[in-house]
Amino acid sequence: MIVGQREPRVDGYDKATGRTKYYEDRMPANALYVRIKHAEKAHAIVKSIDTSAAMAIPGVVKVLTCFDVPNLPFATAGHPWSMDPGHRDTADRLLLNRHVRYWGDDVAVVIAENEVAANQGVRALEVDYEELPFVLDAQEAMKDGAPQLHDDFPNNILKHTTNIKGNYQEAIKEEGLIKVEGWYDTPTVQHTHIENFGCFAYMENGRIVVVASTQIPHIIRRIVGQAIGRPWGDIEIIKPYIGGGFGNKQDALYEPLCAWCTTQVGGRPVRIDCSREETFVSNRVRHAIRYHIISWLRKDGTFAARKMEVFSNQGAYASHGHSIAAKGLGAFSQHYPCPNIEGDAWTVYTNRPAAGAMRGYGMPQANYSDECNIDDCAKAIGMDPVEFRRLNIMPKGFHDNFSGNTNYYDTYRECMAKGAEIVDYERKRKEYGHDTGNIRRGIGVATFWYNTAVYPISLETSSNRMQLNLDGTVTMQCGETEIGQGADTAYAMMTAEAIGLKSYKDVHVISCQDTDITPTGTGAYASRQTYVAGFSIRQTADLLKEKILKRAQAITRQMPYNMDIVDGNIIRREDKMVLMSLQELAMTAQYDTVNSEHITAESTYTIRNNAYSFGCTFAEVEVDIAMCKAQVTRILNVHDCGKLINPALAEAQVHGGQSMAIGYGLSEQLIFDEKTGKPLNNNLLDYKISTFMDHPRLEAAFIENPEPTSPFGTKSLGEPPACSPAPAIRNAILHATGVAIDRIPINPHVLFAELSKAGLIHDSWLDKEEK
Amino acid sequence: MYDMKALYEAESVQHAIQLRLEHPEAQIIAGGSDVLVQMREGKRAGKELISIYMIDAMRGVSIDEAENIRIGSLTSFSHITHDPIIQKYINVLGEAVDQVGSPQIRNIGTIGGNTCNGVTSADSASTLHAWEAVVELTGVNGVRRLPIKDFYIKAGVVDIRAEEGEIQTAILIPKVSYENTFGHYIKYGMRNAMEIASLGCSVNVRLSDDKQTIDRCRIAYGVAGPVPMRVPSAEAVANGSAMTEDMVNEFSLAVLNDINPRDSWRASKAFRQHIAVEMAKRALIESIHRAGGEIK
Repeated sequence: MIVGQREPRVDGYDKATGRTKYYEDRMPANALYVRIKHAEKAHAIVKSIDTSAAMAIPGVVKVLTCFDVPNLPFATAGHPWSMDPGHRDTADRLLLNRHVRYWGDDVAVVIAENEVAANQGVRALEVDYEELPFVLDAQEAMKDGAPQLHDDFPNNILKHTTNIKGNYQEAIKEEGLIKVEGWYDTPTVQHTHIENFGCFAYMENGRIVVVASTQIPHIIRRIVGQAIGRPWGDIEIIKPYIGGGFGNKQDALYEPLCAWCTTQVGGRPVRIDCSREETFVSNRVRHAIRYHIISWLRKDGTFAARKMEVFSNQGAYASHGHSIAAKGLGAFSQHYPCPNIEGDAWTVYTNRPAAGAMRGYGMPQANYSDECNIDDCAKAIGMDPVEFRRLNIMPKGFHDNFSGNTNYYDTYRECMAKGAEIVDYERKRKEYGHDTGNIRRGIGVATFWYNTAVYPISLETSSNRMQLNLDGTVTMQCGETEIGQGADTAYAMMTAEAIGLKSYKDVHVISCQDTDITPTGTGAYASRQTYVAGFSIRQTADLLKEKILKRAQAITRQMPYNMDIVDGNIIRREDKMVLMSLQELAMTAQYDTVNSEHITAESTYTIRNNAYSFGCTFAEVEVDIAMCKAQVTRILNVHDCGKLINPALAEAQVHGGQSMAIGYGLSEQLIFDEKTGKPLNNNLLDYKISTFMDHPRLEAAFIENPEPTSPFGTKSLGEPPACSPAPAIRNAILHATGVAIDRIPINPHVLFAELSKAGLIHDSWLDKEEK
Repeated sequence: MYDMKALYEAESVQHAIQLRLEHPEAQIIAGGSDVLVQMREGKRAGKELISIYMIDAMRGVSIDEAENIRIGSLTSFSHITHDPIIQKYINVLGEAVDQVGSPQIRNIGTIGGNTCNGVTSADSASTLHAWEAVVELTGVNGVRRLPIKDFYIKAGVVDIRAEEGEIQTAILIPKVSYENTFGHYIKYGMRNAMEIASLGCSVNVRLSDDKQTIDRCRIAYGVAGPVPMRVPSAEAVANGSAMTEDMVNEFSLAVLNDINPRDSWRASKAFRQHIAVEMAKRALIESIHRAGGEIK
C-alpha cells in the first residue's frame, strides 16, 4: 500500500532550501514595473487625472487611466464557466474604474523602467474626484436612500435567497417553547498567504503570456480573454509554484490588467507585484456576515422551529458574491435538521474591499453563528453542550435532495465521542467553569458542516495525462493545482497506487500548469483537489495500465487478463511470476524499430458526486479577566475526511486551519475609519494574525470512514479545519466566564467591553468620572 | 528597491559628525528597522542617508570609570538581552527589549535607534525612564549628556542638535540607579509576539536593608502619553512604605493621576487606563518579589 502512509512532500526539499521557483524567480530581466494608483476615497467619481507630473519623471514609460480602458465589464470569480447565462457571475468592474466604489479601487497605472520611478509616478498623479456618500454596513446599505454602488442592483442587494422547510410561523405557536435568539457578527478578514499576489505578462508571436501566482490558471485564461476582448486561444497562462492562496487567488486579481498593460507597451514584459498593504485591501477579503438566529426549543431539548437571517457584506464588487452566504444558509437546515425552518440570506454591496472566496467559503462565518446559538440553546435548558448536539445533530442516513449528499456514517457523534475522550471532556466540563478568581478556565466544543466539491452547483471536471517514461517511472499532469496544500504529493501517491508502481517517488508530477500544455482543469478551490483528481487519476491509470498490458501481451505472450502491475513490474497473477519490469517494457516499446510506441494515456472525468465532510473542535481556554485576555491552552480537531491519503499531510492541513481559525476567533479583523471608509490596519503589524506564541500545541485526530463515492475513499480536508475552532473558543469562554460573546474576534477590546457589561470588571474610577 | 538619494557610510564617530555637517538634510540610519520601513511607505522617500552601522566603537555594553553601565547606541536588542552586565545589573532592560518585534528585528534593531525614533511605544523607553538613564550625544562641540526625560521633547522629536553634527553615541545607567535595584517590565499587546505595545509599564524597587519597606520605587510607562513618562503620584505612595496589599492597590490606582493615554482605534482611553492600573499592580508585585521582599 502506498496510499495511507506518512510520506514527505514531493516538493519539500526544494521548498525548504529555497530552490523552488515562484513567479518572481521567472521574471524577465527587462520587465517594466506597473504600479497601481488606488483611490483615496470610499465612493467617488473620477473627474480627471493629471498625468503630466508623473510622465515627467525619468524612467516613467506610460501612464494609463480609467479613461483609457476598454469598456468591457467582467466578472472575476474563479468559478467554472456556465453555459446557462443565468448562472454566471456578475460582470461589474472594468480594468480601471471611473466610478470608485471603495478606498483602494484601481483608477490608474504608471508603467516605468524601475520600481522607484513607478512609485514616484503613482505619487505624482493628481486625481480630481467628485465625492459621493458611502456606506460600510450591509444592513445600512439595504435601506432606502442609502448610497447606491451599482445601477442594476436596487438597495445594493446583489442577491436574496430563501431556505424554507415546513411551516415556521405555525410551529412557533406550540405551547411551552423556549426562544433562544441572537445576533452574531463576523469580521472582514484577509487570507494573508505568505506570497503576495503578483504576475507578469508579455507578448509572443501575437499572443499574450501571463505568469501568475494563481490557483486557477485555466479559469484565468477565460477571464483575461473576456476582460481585454481577445479570443481565449490568444492567452496562455502559466502557473508556477505559489506561496499560498486560501481562495484569494481563486479570483482574477490583476492578471487581466497586466495582460492589457503589455499590449499597451508593444508587448514588452510588464510586472505587477502587490505589496502587503495592497493585498489586504485591493485583492479580496472574507465576507463579514451578520446572522440573526432564533431557535424555538422544547423542554426536552428538541427543536420545534428555527430561523436564520443572513446579511453578507459583499464590498464593492461581486466577485464570488452570494455563493458564500447561500452555502451557510443551505447548511443551516442540514447541520441540525429541524422540520420547520425559515431562512433568508441577502448579499449586499457596500463601499468596502470586494469579498471573495476564502478557506471555508462562508462556513467559518455560518458555523460560528450557529454553534454560538446551539451552545446558548444547551445553556437555556441546562443540558451539556455535547449532549445537546448528540440529540439534535444530523443523523446517519440523512440525505440532502439538492446536493445528493448522504451521511453514510454517524460521523458527528463518532467525532465528538473521540474528541471528548482524548481531551477528557466530561471531567473538565465539570471541573472548569466554577473559577471565581482572576484566571478562569473553560472547555468548549463546536461542530462543523462541510462538503467537498462544487457539484451540483457548478461543473466538476478533472482531466489527466500520464506518460510511461523509459525508466519505468510515470509523469503525470492535471489541472488541479498545487498551492501549498500538498496536492502534488497526494497525486503522486494515488497515481503510484493506481498503476502499481513501487513508490510514489516513481511518479513525477508536473507541478506547474501551462494552459497551452496542461489538460484542462479548473484549478484548486473548494476542498476538492484530492477527491476530484482521484477520479481522473484512477480512470487514466486504468487506461495507461491497459496499454501497458496490451504491449506486454505482444512481448510476453500472456493474456492481459492474467497480468497485473505490482511494484513496478509486470507479473503473472496466478503465480506472481515477474514477467518484466516497466522499464524493460518502456524501452522495448519505444525502441521497437518496426512498431515504436511511447505509452501515454489521457482522459477526462466529469464528477457528478459530492461528499459530506464533518468534524468538531474541542478548545480549552484560560481567561485573564483583569488583563482582558483569552489564551487557548488546548485545541483538538477531529475530522472524518474519509481515508487519509497521507496522514502527515492531513495533520499539517488541520494545524494550518486551526492556526488560521485561532486568529479568526481571537484577533484578526480588518477595520475601517467610519468617517472616511479608509482601511486602518492593512499591514502585518496592526492586523493581528495569531502567531505560534498565541497557540497551544495543535492537535488533530481522525475517523477514517471510507467515502463510498471516491475511488480512493477520500473526501475534503482543505477548508474544514478552519470552520469550527472559533466557535469552540467562544463556547469555552462562555464556559469559563458565563459571558456569551456574539462577535469575533474576541480580542481584548471586546473582552473589556463584554466583561465590563457582565460586571466581571468594575473600574471604580470610571463611576467617579461619570458622576 | 528603496527610493534613496544617496547613502554615506560613516567610518568613525568623527566621520559621522563631519558627514552630518556636510549633509544637514540627511537621515541617520543604524539597523534600519524603522528608517527603511518609513522610506518604503514614502515618508522619507528620496532622502539622503548617513549610515553609522559600521562604527563598531558604538557597539557593546561595559562599565565605565564612574561605574555607569555604558550601552553603545548601536548595541542590538538581542545583544543587550544576552549581555552579562545587563543580566547582572539591569536584567529587566534585557527582558524589555527581548519583546521587540521578532528575532530578526531584535538582531538588527539598536537601542540608539529605538530611542532616537522618539516614539512612546518603544520597548526600551519606559525601562530607561524608570532607571533614569542618561543619553550621551557627541557632536562637533564634544560630548553632551542629558537625562532621558529631557531627551524626549515630544512625540517623534528628540533633543539632537543636527546643526552641531550630533549623533547619539551611548546610553548610560548611573550606579546609584542600578545598585540593589530590581525591576519588572510588562508589555501589553494584542498578541504574544510581533507586537507594538498598546501600553508598556516598567517598575523597579530598592528595598530597605531589612526588606520590610520600599526604599525607592520608580515606575514609567510607554504609550500612556505622547512620550514615555514617569508616574510620580504612584512613586510617592510606594516610597518609604511597607509592602502591603493595600499599598499595592493604592499605588496602582495612583497612576491614573498622572497618565494620559489617548483614545484611538488601536485602543480606547478607558481600556488603556484599566490595563495601566492592572499592569502597575502586577509589575510592582513582581519587582518586590525579585528584590526579595514579600507582600503582607
